[in-house]
Amino acid sequence: MIPIDLIQKTAEALMDKAAIEIPEDYLDGLKKAAKTEDGDLSSFVLKAMLDNYEAAKEDRRAMCGDTGVPRWFVKLGNDARVEGGMCALETALRRATAISTNSVPLRPNRVHPLWRTDHNNNVGIGAPEIEYGFEPEGDWIDLITVHKGGLFGTDYRMLFPSDGIQGIKRFYLDSLMAFGKRGLACQPAIIGIGLGGSKDICMTLGKRASVLRTVGSRNSDPRIAEMEEEFKELGNSIGMGAMGFVGKNMVIDCNIEVGYCHTGGMPMSVHAFCLSSRRAVARVYPDGRVEHRTDPDWFTPYQRRETVEWEPIREAAE
Amino acid sequence: MKPREIRLSTTPTPEAIAELRLGDIVYLDGLMYTAREGVYMRALEDKANIPMELPSESAANFHCSPAARINADGSFDMGAVTATASFRFAKWLPEWMEKTGAKLIIGKGGMSSKDYKSYFVPNGAVYLSTVGYGTGALLGRGVENVEAVHWNEELGLAQAMWVIRCNKMGPFIVASDLNGDCLFERENAKIAQNIERVYEGTKPAVLKRYGESDDRSDEVI
Repeated sequence: MIPIDLIQKTAEALMDKAAIEIPEDYLDGLKKAAKTEDGDLSSFVLKAMLDNYEAAKEDRRAMCGDTGVPRWFVKLGNDARVEGGMCALETALRRATAISTNSVPLRPNRVHPLWRTDHNNNVGIGAPEIEYGFEPEGDWIDLITVHKGGLFGTDYRMLFPSDGIQGIKRFYLDSLMAFGKRGLACQPAIIGIGLGGSKDICMTLGKRASVLRTVGSRNSDPRIAEMEEEFKELGNSIGMGAMGFVGKNMVIDCNIEVGYCHTGGMPMSVHAFCLSSRRAVARVYPDGRVEHRTDPDWFTPYQRRETVEWEPIREAAE
Repeated sequence: MKPREIRLSTTPTPEAIAELRLGDIVYLDGLMYTAREGVYMRALEDKANIPMELPSESAANFHCSPAARINADGSFDMGAVTATASFRFAKWLPEWMEKTGAKLIIGKGGMSSKDYKSYFVPNGAVYLSTVGYGTGALLGRGVENVEAVHWNEELGLAQAMWVIRCNKMGPFIVASDLNGDCLFERENAKIAQNIERVYEGTKPAVLKRYGESDDRSDEVI
């Protein structure tokens, strides 16, 4: 049984880390980009961002004033049990979100869509979002918080099989062009592309591709992995850099996730995880151990399974 | 070429504003206030009295909601500070400038050259963009003191009018000048020369959408 106090304490620590510490994989990616950048203004911007991450860590203050909309991804090993059950878990995550909004401090971004009611704690109807995944083995629970910013950089389109790869490229470029100008997407970003699923799942896939995969990771399907490389290059060949200034770094990495869709369609979504790619992860065990990391490791073979049954043991023996 | 760096008062002289060139890097000293849709609506539509002497105390309007808290003893803690996209406020800005004498509009992404020419230039005002976006921690370091928070009860922390004393707060980029020229539009025009090459071979979607543009030199704002 995993103690509920430990879950809440860990969740508070994660809120703090996500807001303040840029994940190492994104930082390495941005440092590489800064080395290749030769646009005067975009070089200045990238250097300022690198200074900013340092200042955030030194001062223990949030890296960006728009601290995004905190949300949670929870993954449970099949044998995990939480003290008080799943409703207690949700309450602990909501409580941690509210407490940390005040203690870090974060910006209380969450308001009612119509009445603009602000509880000043980032908690409200449906907020923070809590989504779940499962793994066949383990008694641990993974807590992942993502504070994605953003009103810009995300779009959806129902494409069709006849649109093909060239149609996918067109929509990808359109999204980067539209939201890259003036740097509305806060690029260079981790671009996530969702392909397939139904409309809502297509959005979810793209979002998860941008926020739950690290810079440098590749899809397990080698042909999709090739597309990821190609799309990264394509995005960086537009000639647009940080803030929409002339430059060569728009995409720190491009991650693609797919799901089976209706036979007649090919829905596509594009998401941009910005210069403040805030995510933090911890695995909590029943014996009280807590292991922090920055890779959500969400897209395991189990998450991408295509079969009816899941028989990992037999597969391993082959 | 490295951009020029300039220190500027938040109650700048007309000469100091005239000095500014597109792409200059600016650091601010003096009082600055945040005002976005909440403040604009309350001051301009509900006709509430603005709780500051403007522009004598400050001519710098920041489109910002800080990551901050008000402590139980009434003191303030401000963490990171970054801007929000300004184009959404074009509806209120002409009247706001006239009423408050704002000379520096500070935010994210700038406005169009049409906005600059029609009401920035006549008011002797320019636009400064935050960098990144956003250098929230660096800007936070430039906050010497939070002097006041107005309208918190009416508008909430995110929309309230925060009054900040800046000490070499920056960096900001000069994104408009007294000709009404727009830095972002200048950069867009340069990038537009590549569009044809980048799009080569791609094809328009089978299913059209209302309001769709095929002109990639267009902006979405």
